[in-house]
Amino acid sequence: MIDSALVLAQQSFPAPLGDSMLAHYLFVSAAMFVIGLVGFVTRKNMIIMFLCTELMFQGAGLALIAFGRHHLGADGQTFVIFVLCVAAAEAAMALALVVLLFRHRETLSAEAWKELNG
Amino acid sequence: MIQLTPQLTTLLSTLTNPMVALSDPAAADPHAAATTAHAVGEVGHGPAWVLLIPFLPLLGFVLNAIYAAIGNKSKLPAWTTVGLLAVAFATTLSMFLSYDGSPYTVHAFDWIQVHFGDKSMIADFSFYVDKLTILWMLFVTGLATLIALYASEYMSNDIGTGYCRFFSAFGLFVFSMSCLVMGDNLLMLYLGWEGVGLCSYLLIGYFYKKPSAVAAAKKAFIVNRIGDLGLALGIYLTFVHFGTLEFAELFSNEKLMGYVADASVGNFSAIPGQAQWIALLLMIGAFGKSAQFPLYVWLPDAMEGPTPVSALIHAATMVTAGVYLIARMYPVFLVSEFALPTVAWIGTITAVLAATIGMAQFDIKRIMAYSTVSQLGYMFAGLGLLTTTGAAFHVLTHAFFKALLFLACGAVMHGFAGQLDLRKLSGVAWMKGWGIVGVTMLIGCMNLAGLPYITSGFYSKDMIIAEAFVTPGYSIIGWLLIVTAILTAYYTFRVYFRVFVGPQHAEPGNEHHDHDDHAHGEEHNHDAGQHGDHHSSGFHPHAPGWAVNVVLAVLAFASIAAISLAYIDKAEHHGWVGSMVHDSTAYFHSPYVEQAHHAAEGTAHAVDGPVGFKAPKAVFGMDAHTAMILITGIGGIFGVLVAAFFHGPKGWQGLFIGGRTEAAKCRMDAVARRFGPIPKMAENKWYVDEIYHAILVAPLRVFSHVLHWLDKLLVDGLVNLFGFLPRLFAWVIRPSQSGVLQGYAVNMAGGVVILLVVVIVVVLRAGGAA
Repeated sequence: MIDSALVLAQQSFPAPLGDSMLAHYLFVSAAMFVIGLVGFVTRKNMIIMFLCTELMFQGAGLALIAFGRHHLGADGQTFVIFVLCVAAAEAAMALALVVLLFRHRETLSAEAWKELNG
Repeated sequence: MIQLTPQLTTLLSTLTNPMVALSDPAAADPHAAATTAHAVGEVGHGPAWVLLIPFLPLLGFVLNAIYAAIGNKSKLPAWTTVGLLAVAFATTLSMFLSYDGSPYTVHAFDWIQVHFGDKSMIADFSFYVDKLTILWMLFVTGLATLIALYASEYMSNDIGTGYCRFFSAFGLFVFSMSCLVMGDNLLMLYLGWEGVGLCSYLLIGYFYKKPSAVAAAKKAFIVNRIGDLGLALGIYLTFVHFGTLEFAELFSNEKLMGYVADASVGNFSAIPGQAQWIALLLMIGAFGKSAQFPLYVWLPDAMEGPTPVSALIHAATMVTAGVYLIARMYPVFLVSEFALPTVAWIGTITAVLAATIGMAQFDIKRIMAYSTVSQLGYMFAGLGLLTTTGAAFHVLTHAFFKALLFLACGAVMHGFAGQLDLRKLSGVAWMKGWGIVGVTMLIGCMNLAGLPYITSGFYSKDMIIAEAFVTPGYSIIGWLLIVTAILTAYYTFRVYFRVFVGPQHAEPGNEHHDHDDHAHGEEHNHDAGQHGDHHSSGFHPHAPGWAVNVVLAVLAFASIAAISLAYIDKAEHHGWVGSMVHDSTAYFHSPYVEQAHHAAEGTAHAVDGPVGFKAPKAVFGMDAHTAMILITGIGGIFGVLVAAFFHGPKGWQGLFIGGRTEAAKCRMDAVARRFGPIPKMAENKWYVDEIYHAILVAPLRVFSHVLHWLDKLLVDGLVNLFGFLPRLFAWVIRPSQSGVLQGYAVNMAGGVVILLVVVIVVVLRAGGAA
């Protein structure tokens, strides 16, 4: 029953993502990741750095989805949903941390936290 | 095990003179013809109470250590030690009286038993008793008792921990000396040998806050180690060659007996070199312990210790351990072609050298120290000249009179706050309370000077010197020893005439003297102060108490009474000591003695023995002993007269030829000036210490500095390098741990890139290969 439903679903969807299309998706995904990485490395503001990590997450997620579509598997999309959940929880945690760190140093700069004993 | 000596004697007798074989009781000894197969069985087991002799002093050591621990502040340590030693002496006496003529061993416990293959090395903690042992133990325990009694008073300034420490080491010394003398194997001897060395070190350094005492203790210890190396190697070689360390087995060893037979006919080429080396190595050990040239330098410095220590260890007992070793191992020495001549020559050189140094010293204790070295030289000469009897007799008489001399000097030192300079003391014998010291010192000096017939020192010295003239080729040694005897008489009486007679004068030494705690404060002599020397104003020498006087009197009596020993058994064994030595491994009947008798009587049998056995010529047409009694007697008196002339006070005290009126000036001063730098050189000990320092100590020090830097640079360098490398690595990578978040991100990204590149390359390669 489930097998036949899966087969039906696959047949009823458009054809698998083609190689050239996949390359486009992957390019966008890589660009997002690199932009995130460069942003993370170059910016000092902790909120911006956090946003950059989100950007890298989404870049990676986009690649996963693109591959999932390419192989017509559900794994990639399942994985991305997990990542989004974790990212949401993490966003709550990270922003709370940033607020606490800000209260200590009155600045959002990551440079203020170079020394361990603070 | 004593068949060896009769066998040898028989052999020599038949070779040289049939008369000897008849007259010598040893030749009739039933053991003489016995084989050696059951030799070990003949050494029976002795009574267990003999063990008291070594273990009572050891108990004293333990008890005194306990007293020190519980903070005893009385004379209890002294009385404990004196009591225990007295019982040990009484035990030794009963050992002597109950001795029935055959040696025995007493087993304490198993000690070292190593078995390998069909061989085994057995060195048990057991004791071997023959007459040589008894002879030595008699004077060791007897003198130790007396000197402990003396020390009870002498050391009383140090009551408390120091007192306990002193008597503790004292007990340990007597225990070690007993092990040395009574041990039934060479390892026990070695144990005792090192033990007495340790006690010597501890007691020389007794005043450990005094740098000179510490230096002297170290010097004694280190110089002795040089000798001990020889002893250790000698013991090792003995085991390698003869396969045993036990005296009972060694002296019945067939190999050794064969060698002795070869040696007695001068056939040294038949004896393997290894066996001949044993004696030469043991000899080095004996030279170290008995302060013979060139290892004598530690003994004069050892005078830094308290005087009772100088008397017991560094005059009477420990320093005779070398003589004992050679006497005990005499058969081994006989089989070595060069050992005994070397011993004789080294002994003679030491005797002359030390006497010349002693003449120029001003410190009376040091003069006594050099005379000890010199007299030990006589003993070694005696051993080398084949008269173990003479050597042992001189050991015995010297033990009495030299202990006496030291203790008398010690009483002076004690009474005059450490003053030992003979230029600063005069007329001590006339001061109130010093009479006994003066008289006993005179007796001691007469013995050391060897005044004829009235002193025992004369008889023993004569026996050695006479032997030099009857043994062919050694008459030079004889003349050197006669000259030394004259020098000895001179420097001995130099001390007496300067310090003990003449005008009364005393400058105190620099030792702090607290008069309040002296029980005999009322005996203080005020005469010294009346002679108007500003140094002595306010100083009161305190006369010795009863313990010191009693000990001095007993020793003076003993050193005179020892004359009788020369007459007991004279016909058979040349005196009592001869009879003691006769029943031991030390016995050797010099073939030359009988020949000399006959030569003097004109009845020489024209014996043409094998190698070297030519009848020696008599001295001045007389029997050598008679001639020596005359020559050394006259020489001794001559030396005393010279001393009286140059150092004696005016009047009868200077035998009417002296002219000294002050403590510090004498006729010798003018004479000494004429000799130019020689007296100064002698006073500085011929610069032997300086030469040793330049030749041995300084190069060794430089070498040790080189090694020090090698250690520091190379060894430490390697170790530090291994410590430095991780630190260097850490120093290189430490900046990466910047704490900057972005830095980590870059590193991480870089790491990922590197991993990716690697993976891609590997995948491409794998793809290419596929």
